[in-house]
Amino acid sequence: MKILVPVKRVVDYNVKVRVKADGSGVDIANVKMAMNPFDEIAVEEALRLKEAGKAEEVIVASIGPAQSAETIRTALAMGADRGILVKADGVVEPLAVAKILREIVKAEGPGLVILGKQAIDDDCGQTGQMLAALLGRPQGTFASRVVIEGEDVLVTREVDGGHETLKLALPAIVTADLRLNEPRYASLPNIMKAKKKPIEEKTPADYGVDVTPRLTVVKTAEPPGRKAGVVLGSVDELVGKLKEAGVI
Amino acid sequence: MTTLLIADHLNTALRDATAKALTAAKALGGGIHVLVAGKDCRAAAEAAAKLDGVTKVLLADDASLDHQLAEPMAALIVSLAGSYDAFVAPATTDGKNIMPRVAALLDVMQLSDVSAILSPDTFERPIYAGNAIQTVQSADPKKVVTVRTASFKAAGEGGTAAPVETVALPAADSTSAFVGAEIAKSDRPELAGAKIVISGGRAFQSAENFRKYIEPVADKLGAAIGASRAAVDAGYAPNDYQVGQTGKIVAPELYIACGISGAIQHLAGMKDSRIIVAINKDSEAPIFQVADYGLVGDVFQILPEMEKAL
Repeated sequence: MKILVPVKRVVDYNVKVRVKADGSGVDIANVKMAMNPFDEIAVEEALRLKEAGKAEEVIVASIGPAQSAETIRTALAMGADRGILVKADGVVEPLAVAKILREIVKAEGPGLVILGKQAIDDDCGQTGQMLAALLGRPQGTFASRVVIEGEDVLVTREVDGGHETLKLALPAIVTADLRLNEPRYASLPNIMKAKKKPIEEKTPADYGVDVTPRLTVVKTAEPPGRKAGVVLGSVDELVGKLKEAGVI
Repeated sequence: MTTLLIADHLNTALRDATAKALTAAKALGGGIHVLVAGKDCRAAAEAAAKLDGVTKVLLADDASLDHQLAEPMAALIVSLAGSYDAFVAPATTDGKNIMPRVAALLDVMQLSDVSAILSPDTFERPIYAGNAIQTVQSADPKKVVTVRTASFKAAGEGGTAAPVETVALPAADSTSAFVGAEIAKSDRPELAGAKIVISGGRAFQSAENFRKYIEPVADKLGAAIGASRAAVDAGYAPNDYQVGQTGKIVAPELYIACGISGAIQHLAGMKDSRIIVAINKDSEAPIFQVADYGLVGDVFQILPEMEKAL
């Protein structure tokens, strides 16, 4: 079985982005970029399934600017086998990404697609579910545990109030939540090896997908700020203030 | 224009998130029908019928919908899609799971986690963990929207109950099945809808301490309990307690952050609370920059004092 893992190049988790003064977007020039953290978890899970003998090959795909090749290299250095880079500049919305991934799935025939549950830039959380819909296949979102059992996959999901486990017929789509695993660091020898692993270059047009955005961004603004309040001297003073405000 | 609101419910009752998403749906204008899909869920449908602004309730009551899995839910919603211009659901784990599947089947781009509706086609939504607010306009013929419930007040009950109609189900999908669930039972209010939330962070050092110091104060206040990602990752608190960008987004009347430094990912989940209290040993902790009231000190000392003072 092959496993496909789509990965996205995003602003690094630790960077606090700034909104541009003219409201045209967020300033990401000269900002550190990295693989979306949930996608790292997805790559790790695919590698663990391969190491457990449940899969033969892990393919990584990224849709984005030319520099997304670096993101693919990161996954190859972790241990993925090969990459597919679909070059597209500008915003590619989840629906268009899902359409491109559908074509990659048709060509490669993976038994499992593992994605991050959301990208930490647009916070949409749509691509996995959309891909499952377009393929007419079952989905296991927000996964905290993935177990392959014959022709099925058991997915334990993080849901409001606890966990639930679903049994999905393969091929299936899984999206990774935070606690599915802890991704490994790439070792230096593996980083060197990754440089020789193949990355196939494609364009959306190769897959016949129109990536024109459906949504128009009217403006981007700073969220309403909060002002720092007062540091109080005692618990009694705090309880008094809260009673005054009518919240307790 | 008619909107289909997808109810989040427990079969026997509606979740508060539904009434909040209803307020958002009202902002779109036009009639609002509510879909209550589940098993033995007539009680939830009747509760939905009483909500103010609902003009009709569609009831889909079938064993295949018991756990509201995405595959049968999306197929059902799409089978009803011809009559509707917009589809709204609260951004709960069910809404987030089901709605993008609906959007893709309808070939439209979903508007995720919207925090304000400016007009029937223009929405505000947070991006980058709430560090920026984007205003987006959709040209798609049908709108699929999930709603950040913390941004909307719950709709109340109306004068007369709307009619409840049973709907036909599309052909069954057998690719997914429910195996089991571990849902924590608690007498405390649900985190996402609670009026008071008290959250703990890494400072508690163990699961025992987390319970021992947070629970008595939570009980006195009738508060829900939350946690920072650090506390959850360290095993001090269960996963579903996590407040933040990737956990639950809350906006209670009062949020008490205990031993939480205030990473941007945590702030993203609670900074819309009306009053924020921070209790932390480190007076330089970023949480104090968003707190209305702060106490600098040890949570192990302050929380027992607080329990006595309440």
